[in-house]
Amino acid sequence: MSIRERLSGNEAVANAMRQINPDVVAAFPITPSTEVPQYFSTFVNNGSVDTEFVPVESEHSAMSACVGAAAAGARVMTATSANGLSLMWEVLYIASSLRLPMVMACVNRAVSGPLNIHNDHSDSMGARDSGWVQLYCETNQEAYDNFIMATRIAEHKDVQLPVMVCYDGFITSHSIENIELIEDDVVKNFVGEYHPEHYLLNREEPIAVGPLDVQPYLFEHKYQQANGMRNAAKVIKEVSEEFEKLTGRKYEFIEKYQMDDAEYAIVVLNSTAGTAKAVVDDLRAKGVKAGLVKPRMFRPFPGKEIAEALKNVKAVAIMDKADGLNGVGGPLFTDVTSAMVVNGVTDVKVVNYIYGIGGRDVRTTDIEKVYSDLQEIEAAGKVEDPYRYLGLKGGRA
Amino acid sequence: MAYNLKEAIKKPNRLSSGHRMCAGCGAPVVANAILRGLKEEDHAVIGSATGCLEVSTFIYPYTAWKDSFVHSAFENAGATVAGAEAAYKAMKRKGKLPADKDTKFIAFGGDGGTYDIGLQSLSGAMERGHDMVYVCYDNGAYMNTGIQRSSATPRFADTTTSPAGKVVPGKQQKRKDLTEVIANHHIPYVAQTAAIGNFSDITTKAEKAIYTEGAAFLNVLAPCPRGWGYNTEDLMIINKLAVETCYWPLYEVVDGKYTVNYKPKNKLPVSEFLKPQKRFKHLFKEGNEWMIEELQKEVDERWERLLELERMTNAE
Amino acid sequence: MSDKKCNINPNSTWEEMTLGGTIYDAGNAEEFKTGDWRSKKPVFLEEKCKQCGLCVPTCPDSAIPVDEEGKRKDFNFDYCKGCGVCMKACPFGAIEME
Repeated sequence: MSIRERLSGNEAVANAMRQINPDVVAAFPITPSTEVPQYFSTFVNNGSVDTEFVPVESEHSAMSACVGAAAAGARVMTATSANGLSLMWEVLYIASSLRLPMVMACVNRAVSGPLNIHNDHSDSMGARDSGWVQLYCETNQEAYDNFIMATRIAEHKDVQLPVMVCYDGFITSHSIENIELIEDDVVKNFVGEYHPEHYLLNREEPIAVGPLDVQPYLFEHKYQQANGMRNAAKVIKEVSEEFEKLTGRKYEFIEKYQMDDAEYAIVVLNSTAGTAKAVVDDLRAKGVKAGLVKPRMFRPFPGKEIAEALKNVKAVAIMDKADGLNGVGGPLFTDVTSAMVVNGVTDVKVVNYIYGIGGRDVRTTDIEKVYSDLQEIEAAGKVEDPYRYLGLKGGRA
Repeated sequence: MAYNLKEAIKKPNRLSSGHRMCAGCGAPVVANAILRGLKEEDHAVIGSATGCLEVSTFIYPYTAWKDSFVHSAFENAGATVAGAEAAYKAMKRKGKLPADKDTKFIAFGGDGGTYDIGLQSLSGAMERGHDMVYVCYDNGAYMNTGIQRSSATPRFADTTTSPAGKVVPGKQQKRKDLTEVIANHHIPYVAQTAAIGNFSDITTKAEKAIYTEGAAFLNVLAPCPRGWGYNTEDLMIINKLAVETCYWPLYEVVDGKYTVNYKPKNKLPVSEFLKPQKRFKHLFKEGNEWMIEELQKEVDERWERLLELERMTNAE
Repeated sequence: MSDKKCNINPNSTWEEMTLGGTIYDAGNAEEFKTGDWRSKKPVFLEEKCKQCGLCVPTCPDSAIPVDEEGKRKDFNFDYCKGCGVCMKACPFGAIEME
């Protein structure tokens, strides 16, 4: 029997952490992720978990302590946002390259500067090549569910990589929604006990972690790591199927919404997918064959699945809540279009929209504009300007 | 247990042979002297900041550490070892580790990784009171990258980023007093030491630091023949001169109480310590006597202040 | 992945290397000999040695073996880098460099 609750995204994730009862949580406060360690330290101090909570003096130390604890053999978790993730940068790469499983709640927020505390995806998108698995969540329920599944994915022997569970700052982290929690003992059984094969605290087998890795070796270690990321796809599928049996909630690499006969599609991550689905419903009622693709993960990138979903549409808009600042669109656009070409999907018109930067509201009218643009593109038979901005004040430079 | 050299040297060294530190380097001598403070039956998790000691002792696929060892980055040895210690507490509490066996936590960092880039991580780990020892092996510059000045570099020293030039004669700033900085964290055990004589001072302090519950800090002089420009074979002589001139006083701060462990009967002039070292060669040129005088003044002031701290904290 | 015993060398493949560069054979640097770094060689003059033990902890390379009774033995030239620190530490002139 599941438990019906009404929780904010942060509270739901903190509850997932409580149910998992990790060995070590090391975290530093930063808006909008602060509540996660805040709720969690209440669980610690009230004795509902027996985790060692390490209230570090910076995010750099948070990730460093996570590395030390994970290498020691502990099940480890943390949470951060924006500049906090930026400060962890160096150590993110170390965590993944040393093959240390851990789970992070990345509550998406714009990276400075100038300073802005609101939602966009510039933080986690910047870390897209740090070797972390990245899961993205539309709702509080998805944040909670993915966080629980992330533990299993990270620790799987074929993966052994850290996982970032990304959800939108304030929009998801602070909004209270209906949610179905899983019973404590069911979560406990689902995640199981963590038994690393090699760990610092095994006095019977002392090990050394983090060598100087010179020319004959680093390339091969990086290949092993890339392989772990490739394996993650298979493991995500297995874990999600098991989770579905347990909860009835189905998670695939991508969510396809009204895509069976769609002519006009958008590809979008996280909470904006909710807004866009309402627009799809509305357009469908008006006879427009609108559809939506929501990748549930960005790393490993589900390129084949996205290309397959888009192969029969006439035009697609790929929505980026982070500008690549490279003059040619955002990171989701780059990866989606690359996957389309590689998988032979070349007849579809593509356009990129940078949107929602620094917490700029995205309303249904904005999404309607995207779908009407797609219809115009189709009618014109060409894309005048593939690199577009949605909701920007002023004309294009 | 009272220190006994004959017993101490019977213990197998926990930093093995086959590492690739330079011939005559002070750092592995320090590392083994510290690890001799461990009880043989105790396992250790040792961490190191990036630096000479780390890159020369754990070059894939060889590790010279007989205990468990972890290296992450340059500035985070404090936090990394703190994380491992937190894991130990939690896993022991949950029955995932043997209840009757102990693991000890030791972090090593050079002065670059400790006084400078790793200061915040160190400060955090000490303030939070992790049951660990942080050992700074202080060779007074960034030796691993080629002898650049650090905040531990003594005033006037010639380094590759504070060269003794025609206009600016070496490093212009005074050396940061990190031992005092950490003592002011009010942790249970802080000490400054060096490998001298029969190694009683260093290994006794290591044992105290390791077996004091809570955070402990050791600042250890670790001469670098290449960076300091003395004859490689003179390691122990340089250490002794640093102590006999009171450039590097041996002292400890136990629960806030200072004890100066060695007070030379004849305090030697600091020039005795400076003279064998090429990094101070320009101080001995005609017209530069004032630099030696300035350094002598600095050493004297710090020494007097230390004696005063000892008096103050032991007053009834 | 490979066994605990380290058989990895510069020709090893990614399948043979340990995951993430972790080493499960603590202290295996002893397999790496540093004796060929030496340009000068210490000579142990056993007849002059009083077995005070002062030289032993000064060796950066742990190349002065000690027996079960705490007596030092001749140098381990597999590792001795010839730095001469022990020679200067000896109060009795029982170590000479050649």
